[in-house]
Amino acid sequence: MSIAAEVVTEAVIAEHRHGFRRRWYRTPSFVGGVSILGTMVLLAVLAPLVTRHDPTSQDLLHTLQGPTSSHWLGTDDLGRDVWSRLVYGARTDLRVAFLAVLFPFVIGTLVGLVSGFYGGWIDTVTNWLVNIVVAFPFYVLIIALVFALGSGTRNIYIAITIVGWVSYARIVRGEVIVAKRREYVLAARSAGLSDARILFRHLLPNVITQAIVFAMSDIVLDILAIVTLGYLGLGVQPPTADWGKMIADGQTFLTTHWELSTLPGIAVVITALGLSLLADGLADLLRPE
Amino acid sequence: MSLGGYVVRRLAHLVPIVLGVTILVFFLIHLVPGDPARTILGNQATDARVALLHHEWGLDRPLPVQYEKFMGRLVHGDLGSSLFYGMGAGRLVVDRLPVTLWLIGFGTLLSVLIAVPLAALAATQRDRLPDHLVRAVPLVGLGFPPFWVGIVLLLVFGLHLGRLFPVGGYGNGFTGHLHSMFLPSLTVAFGIAPILIRSLRASLLEVLESDYVTTARSKGLPERRVLVHHALRNGIVSTVSVLGVNVGFLVGGTLVIEQVFAVPGIGQLMINSIFQRDFPVVQAVTLVFSVMVVLVYLLTDVAHALLDPRVRFE
Amino acid sequence: MSTPLLRVTDLQVEFPLAHGVLRAVDGASFDVQEGEALGIVGESGSGKTMALRAIVGLLPRAARIAGGTVEIDGVDVTRGGGAKLRELRGRTVSMVFQEPMTALNPVMRVGDQIAEAPLVRLGAGRRGARDRALELMRLVGIADPSRRYEAYPHELSGGMRQRVVIAIALSADPKLILCDEPTTALDVTIQDQILKLLAALQADLGVSIVFVSHDLAVIAQTCQRIAVMYAGQVVETGTVAEVFREPRHPYTLALLRSVPDFDLVRNHLSSIPGSPPDLASPPQGCRFHPRCSFVRPDCTQAPIPLIALGSRETRCLHHEDCAAAARAEPVVTGV
Repeated sequence: MSIAAEVVTEAVIAEHRHGFRRRWYRTPSFVGGVSILGTMVLLAVLAPLVTRHDPTSQDLLHTLQGPTSSHWLGTDDLGRDVWSRLVYGARTDLRVAFLAVLFPFVIGTLVGLVSGFYGGWIDTVTNWLVNIVVAFPFYVLIIALVFALGSGTRNIYIAITIVGWVSYARIVRGEVIVAKRREYVLAARSAGLSDARILFRHLLPNVITQAIVFAMSDIVLDILAIVTLGYLGLGVQPPTADWGKMIADGQTFLTTHWELSTLPGIAVVITALGLSLLADGLADLLRPE
Repeated sequence: MSLGGYVVRRLAHLVPIVLGVTILVFFLIHLVPGDPARTILGNQATDARVALLHHEWGLDRPLPVQYEKFMGRLVHGDLGSSLFYGMGAGRLVVDRLPVTLWLIGFGTLLSVLIAVPLAALAATQRDRLPDHLVRAVPLVGLGFPPFWVGIVLLLVFGLHLGRLFPVGGYGNGFTGHLHSMFLPSLTVAFGIAPILIRSLRASLLEVLESDYVTTARSKGLPERRVLVHHALRNGIVSTVSVLGVNVGFLVGGTLVIEQVFAVPGIGQLMINSIFQRDFPVVQAVTLVFSVMVVLVYLLTDVAHALLDPRVRFE
Repeated sequence: MSTPLLRVTDLQVEFPLAHGVLRAVDGASFDVQEGEALGIVGESGSGKTMALRAIVGLLPRAARIAGGTVEIDGVDVTRGGGAKLRELRGRTVSMVFQEPMTALNPVMRVGDQIAEAPLVRLGAGRRGARDRALELMRLVGIADPSRRYEAYPHELSGGMRQRVVIAIALSADPKLILCDEPTTALDVTIQDQILKLLAALQADLGVSIVFVSHDLAVIAQTCQRIAVMYAGQVVETGTVAEVFREPRHPYTLALLRSVPDFDLVRNHLSSIPGSPPDLASPPQGCRFHPRCSFVRPDCTQAPIPLIALGSRETRCLHHEDCAAAARAEPVVTGV
């Protein structure tokens, strides 16, 4: 530690003395993330109100049209309205992604909590399982699992859970190992509180922050996985609108109608940006001062 | 301890993991709902054909016996036989493996070539415009679906801009590969570069504030030499680790990218086999992919130990 | 007296905060003559290290020089950008750091770290730079230099590492070496060796040394002159003998009385009551007045300038009281 660090620490302490506290509206990334994601979610929820066409209804007389007053973003090769499919695609993909992150989050957090707290053989087995899952490339395992289980949203949840819990388990385990040596845990133990109470009332609230922050960026990964599965035809099944399938369908017409593949991709990128900003902002806000 | 001993010990650590990997791959077939043989062969298949597959895969035996048989074949290098190509799945994979290795190697190289200068620029221009721009790269870049990036690159470089690069294939000879694989590799690089940029920038910032960089400056060295000889040299050590940790993501990305660019590697083999419900080949590719990842973990550990003299081979 | 090698005048170093600024150094003034060793003493947070770093332009990123001048060989280096300073660093003025472990690049052989300045700054060539490094390693007392040349920092002991840091500081033949608590991180026996080495280098090579320490004993052993810093300001300067015998600032007196391992004539040890002030809002008037036992009403009015007393200076209005107290109960003998 250099004297420089010492002086900076002093400066930071002095800053606290002046009562400086960060508020969410002063964290630009958080505000940006909430605005972008909020808009996306709002569009998805209000899909029937902001579109004029059924996303699945075909109109073979008006295929591959450019933007018109009726079809704001034109139509695809089956004459379906591109704007409607984008908005309903958001509805599908956001819902699946948000639900898909719940199971790994809960399971991984519990496993991490228990294995970090008890250690011993529980921890050894957990580590072994984590290392096995981590040995598979993310997309390869998800695709192999969905292939074996069969496509469809239920199996997407299962596949993402099998792959996803390890990250939460690792994060929470690490936090627990540090936290369980802290005074408040030692005090709770010496007071004779039950393990369950220590785990859920004392440890969990202290270690959950990192898991929540990670969950935000994990949703990004899940959206990418869902869209990738859709692109490969293994994801959400037609005729339900899904961004991945839209990109795949549009690829045939890349030379003449490049927008069919690029628009849904841009939708993915914007959604992911919103989530990444939110994760950054949350990390800033939740960082212990 | 010597480097050789270190590698052997690390390999020993990997045995239980690889064993677990084989169990998971073996169990893939039991995840198939209903009768796996029936599902895989389709509804038109005769009962006799289904029964034959049952016997061939030992599906009528207890699970431990099946696994034992699976492992018995595996240690002899037998990854099962393809239902579609009528040849060993192992052969199919080995033939296509070099293509995928090319993609991963070239992609990693490009990602380092993109990430290192950008991270160095950001770290040296901290909190100024270049830094803000570079910091936006991971934020935006991580949300790009790899296959979609491939499609956009195809659109821009393959179809427009004078068709600079071929839209698919592997090419012939070294320069042919280089030419054909440039766009797919660039796509791979775009997938991993944001992660590299983020971590390298962070470690460079830490290094640039460190005492030994101050020492280097106190010698009156030009800032450029301080950056290259002192800061980057240390920053690279942590980047290698980050690259290792994220290799699963990088390798997995090649799967879909091969599909987009019609690159005949094991990723494309896996996707095609999925469509043909060629279960043994899907299993074989999954296994090979994960063994590849495990070996890269080992490789980055060794590289880390070689780059950082503080790490002892223990 | 000729132009001093180093003249620091009313130096100010600031850290900007979200609200206002923190003045880590607020009025540091001292000179160093050619061949002389000056000790700067003060508690941690008194600004001594920041003052030292400001001289060579190696302040932490957040800090900036807010005022005053630093003249090296008669040239003000606070003006004219970094290029001038970079030219002076190594060649004219170099630095020895507190933590020999963190001050050395962990992935570079120590010999190459010593040879780097000769190679890049002196244009010695690879062969020449290596020879120069080996010669310096011998000079700072590293046995078996050709073997140690190949070592990495973590393979050396703390004392060895600090010798390497000193060799680096000497590598481009500077006139002035700034030492930032060079022995604080070392064992007591090693401390003594390093101090003797620095004293020998000063005598043999004729380099000037600025020696920052919180330890008066270390300063007494190595320096001819002393500057005492408190709360970002230099509060007293003079020769070590004068200042130790008859301190003319109550803070210096209190500091001397709080040292246990001196050759003392007094029968009690006292610690200084209170704590150093918050530099973001220092006290009015004399910064030491809240902790001073000689405080009078006029001490709390206006800021106190450095008052010249012959070859000495003090920032105390009532330095006579302080000197009288020191005479009544001497602090140190035999210095």
